[in-house]
Amino acid sequence: MEFAELIKTPRADGVVLHRPFMPTVEGTLCLTGHHLILSSRQDNTEELWLLHTNIDSIEKRFVGSLGTIIVKCKDLRVIQLDIPGMEECLNIASSIEALSTLDSLSLMYPFFYRPLFEVIEDGWQLFIPEEAFKDLESMTDEWRLSEVNKDFSVCPSYPSLLTVPKDIDDESLCKAASFRHGGRFPMLSYYHKKNGMVMMRAAQPLTGTNGRRCKEDEKLINATLCAGKRGYIIDTRTIAIAQQAKARGGGFEQEANYPQWRRIHKAIERSNVLQESLIKLVEACNDQSHSMDRWLSKLEASNWQSHVKEILTTACLAAQCIDREGASVLVHGTEGTDSTLQVTSLAQIILDPACRTIRGFEALIEREWLQAGHPFQHRCAQSAYSNGKPRSEAPVFLLFLDCVWQILRQFPCSFQFNENFLIMLFEHTYASQFGTFLGNRVAERVKLQLSQKTVSLWSWVNRPQELERFLNPLYEPNNLVIWPSVAPQSLLLWEGIFLRWNRSTKCLDEAYQEMVHIIEYNKELQNKVNSLRRQLAQLETEDSPLQTP
Amino acid sequence: MEHIRTPKVEQVKLLDRFSNKSVTGTLHLTATHLIFVESNSASAQEIWILHHHIASVEKLSLTTSGCPLLIQCRNFRLVHFVIPRERDCHDIYSSLLRLLRPVSYDELYAFSYNPKQNDQQREEGWQLIDLAAEFERMGVPCDQWQMTDVNREYKVCKTYPRDLYVPITASKPIIVGSSKFRSKGRFPVLTYFYQEKKAAVCRCSQPLSGFSARCLEDEHMLQAISKANHNSRYIYVMDTRPKLNALANRAAGKGYENEDNYSNIRFQFVGIENIHVMRGSLQKLLEVVGTRSLSMPDYLVGLENSGWLRHIKAIMDAAIFLAKAVTVEGASVLVHCSDGWDRTAQVCALGSLLMDPNYRTIKGFMVLIEKDWISFGHKFADRCDQLYIDPKEVSPIFTQFLECVWQLTEQFPQAFEFSEWFLIQIHEHIHSCQFGNFLGNNQRQREDLQLKERTYSLWAHLLNEKQLYLNPLYSPSFAESHPVLEPSTQAYHFKFWRNMYHQYDRSMHPRQSILKQVLTLKESNRELEATVQALKTKLQKFGVSTSPLKPKTPPTERSLPPRPRSLILGAPLLSRKEVQQEEDEEVFGEEALEDPPASTGGERTVEGSSATENGYGDLPGSFGPKNEPTVVTLEFGVARMTC
Repeated sequence: MEFAELIKTPRADGVVLHRPFMPTVEGTLCLTGHHLILSSRQDNTEELWLLHTNIDSIEKRFVGSLGTIIVKCKDLRVIQLDIPGMEECLNIASSIEALSTLDSLSLMYPFFYRPLFEVIEDGWQLFIPEEAFKDLESMTDEWRLSEVNKDFSVCPSYPSLLTVPKDIDDESLCKAASFRHGGRFPMLSYYHKKNGMVMMRAAQPLTGTNGRRCKEDEKLINATLCAGKRGYIIDTRTIAIAQQAKARGGGFEQEANYPQWRRIHKAIERSNVLQESLIKLVEACNDQSHSMDRWLSKLEASNWQSHVKEILTTACLAAQCIDREGASVLVHGTEGTDSTLQVTSLAQIILDPACRTIRGFEALIEREWLQAGHPFQHRCAQSAYSNGKPRSEAPVFLLFLDCVWQILRQFPCSFQFNENFLIMLFEHTYASQFGTFLGNRVAERVKLQLSQKTVSLWSWVNRPQELERFLNPLYEPNNLVIWPSVAPQSLLLWEGIFLRWNRSTKCLDEAYQEMVHIIEYNKELQNKVNSLRRQLAQLETEDSPLQTP
Repeated sequence: MEHIRTPKVEQVKLLDRFSNKSVTGTLHLTATHLIFVESNSASAQEIWILHHHIASVEKLSLTTSGCPLLIQCRNFRLVHFVIPRERDCHDIYSSLLRLLRPVSYDELYAFSYNPKQNDQQREEGWQLIDLAAEFERMGVPCDQWQMTDVNREYKVCKTYPRDLYVPITASKPIIVGSSKFRSKGRFPVLTYFYQEKKAAVCRCSQPLSGFSARCLEDEHMLQAISKANHNSRYIYVMDTRPKLNALANRAAGKGYENEDNYSNIRFQFVGIENIHVMRGSLQKLLEVVGTRSLSMPDYLVGLENSGWLRHIKAIMDAAIFLAKAVTVEGASVLVHCSDGWDRTAQVCALGSLLMDPNYRTIKGFMVLIEKDWISFGHKFADRCDQLYIDPKEVSPIFTQFLECVWQLTEQFPQAFEFSEWFLIQIHEHIHSCQFGNFLGNNQRQREDLQLKERTYSLWAHLLNEKQLYLNPLYSPSFAESHPVLEPSTQAYHFKFWRNMYHQYDRSMHPRQSILKQVLTLKESNRELEATVQALKTKLQKFGVSTSPLKPKTPPTERSLPPRPRSLILGAPLLSRKEVQQEEDEEVFGEEALEDPPASTGGERTVEGSSATENGYGDLPGSFGPKNEPTVVTLEFGVARMTC
């Protein structure tokens, strides 16, 4: 298919662009296969480059022959284009609609994007499971790398290499896989070096109404317990929902069959509820009425902050079991691709200082989200403004980022990255020139040959030129477990995302710059003092024979 | 001392407000403080509670472990003791009941507090703020405004200061006539003069207009205010009350200005609620945020139902209206409420702060409080319950003003010379009665109490510790580019001030403080600049010439590094020795030593970061013995970092 077929009017002159907190720009609007571009004729400084995939929905309005298109983006920005001429406007609107809702993955921009920078370090090769396993091997010999899922037949949503207990053979793995939803048998998520406890993740067991059991599954998770030790199973669903799942063939681990495990139920909502929550929250944030009561009640009704609190609390609980109780943990919900990953990845941020570095955080996303089979393509197809029929969209990853931001707020010196890094990740999950977040699982990415045909986000982010803006100037590495407060008073609305386009941040940005300046000046002075001291010491040693009587 | 029956009780348990943690220690009762000293010597924390800070003491019913005593403080601290013997508990309880309700001013701490200063130092402290100089700074007296001596003897208005500024055309008979037509004699006087447009902010109380009464002198008075400003043909009259309240007042012979009787006024209601509504609102807010294991919906619904942020926003909206009328339209504004000492003070002070960058400095903020709150007779004694008079008079009016300022610091991080810690510290002292400034209800009363001779000034104390209260991001050039602050009034800009209302609740705060970190760095920059200078001088002795250092900030004399003793800023950096010293001298810092003093000055800790404190959920049926230590060790839980 040619993009040209979809573009009825490739360009229009005299288009006026309105953006929040920026001066309006008049210029020429161009539509290409992947972008909506506006350039002013006078100088080329004021330009809008918008990926069609970033467009969530559009609205058309007409006053006489002047048409207006309101473009609502997945990154929550709302812009307005005034286009003279009714026909042009209608054509452009329908082109945008068609181009922004293309379903075919192979037509996505990452397959067409050619980087304007030299790829020095290929992001596709940065975080391969073999490397991660080498790290694990240096700490313990209890685990092995299994190729049982080589052709993705045992579990389609798992990667081809899996870390499993040493004593469990591939045959048992296959049996355990048949007992878990989507074949997602328990596998290693995190090894806590300090006390050797582990966190595993899986999907729900398929106990069904008649209480099926699977010896291999039991053996598999028991293999992770030291002699005489017990563990915790954290089910991210309420007991009621877990009970209901039995009717559809799912279920939860029965005490009788898993005597060494204690089950805890939490209440993290499922994806459709989360999407609804996002829509309501964004609506509340865009409400222009200045009424305090209206804002607070809408914020409450959106339930977003409750989700943040619940997810963070569950992650803290998992971390507490591992670090404080000295017990191993198995986390699962239903499919094990959403709430499970929120919990396991956040618990690692709390427990493992390495995850608080930029590389470590990238590795965490790679391991616990991309390779773990979080369906990014499905979850991020639509955002808060979409009029489309909701399918399986949900801000699962955004909620994870929000929770990370909450921890970052409480420990502002413990992270190598800053808020901008998290915002950037949010943007790229919804619309990107990079291939990293395309597809729903490893198998799909292999099939699409993403690593050959597209550029990895990490190849771009890790360049020193880009990295600079994501570095936290306050960062001082610390090797400790960081326990965030989950009291409602301690959790804030993430303004950097939700009020990003609704307020002027000039004063806040300037203040941030001032802080950076103070920190840099401190480093500069320290260097100066050191070099002067050296100079002086040198002179003193040279002089000392003369001075000694 | 005669009220203290039991000066010391041992084996007292202190329960944490939000978790199941507790520590054991000894409770001491002194003439001025209730002191809890933890017995675990490793981390021995001390809590000092000034009797004046105690709002209520409650003895709960006896439990197996002892008799619980619940103490609620005006600085939002809440402590829960369990005393082993009921007899001791009762003694402490009844002693406190007597001690926390002083009946005469002489019993207040300020009259016994002695910071080891001589008379001269004390006098200098009181001379720090000079309101005449402040009016001069604004450009008053001038060709349109003059000082009047009608109230020199407090004869016209008992609750106003002696020196008042009025339009030159307002003659004595007009003033006196107007004052008779205003509630409590509080006639219209100048409080702020916006020199650029010659526009004035005036304040007064409600007119005694009833349903039809009028007063020619009062009408003349407003006319005179209007005439004093050639930039505008009209003046705004802002009645800060809701219209309904103003209407109701008419039945009592009070009310508001009838636009038909006053020429060229634009009358406006702004709808700030009265002291009783505000008191109830804060109470509701504190109830909500004091709930254990509070859920998110309960928190947000509670926040909304308390109405607290709505009230804060109403005050801010009014102040913005005032600032716009003056700076944009160049019109003079007359502000009043009922008596003109609560809402009027809030709106005038906050409006001035928006218009004048000087009030956003540490010294300027003190002047502002001195002018619009202390001198114009905000009833601190009644509102802050300094003497036990009438619980219906108590109201967090001044607290709201401080909170509005905090909300502004959130929108304009570089506009203020001070940090929120300064606001919290001032709040601490409106209740502490440790310094003379906020004692009493008006200037006349303060003179009767001879406060300047018998007590010390808070401002001198705060200026001494200025280092602690600096906002490291403050930029004087911001004031030049933003002489008038124009805050957004979108509802989402108004946030719950956790660091005020949970200032003593360790588990609520960010575990690392950006404020403290940047303050420390800025201080370190100053020291490094001095070191560079010293090293260069030494090098010069060796005949090495170095390029002159161009400091980005002017080098100042070396001062002590900041030692914030606040949970918000992190652990205090007081050494054990200094604490000892303070005790010896009986100079009790107002803020009790909440935290174990860090072992060395240079260490920073990640505050109270522990799993148990946060209550992520009790693990059901924990296996085996729980190895939860009662005291969080530094090894895990509290992260520790070294510079």
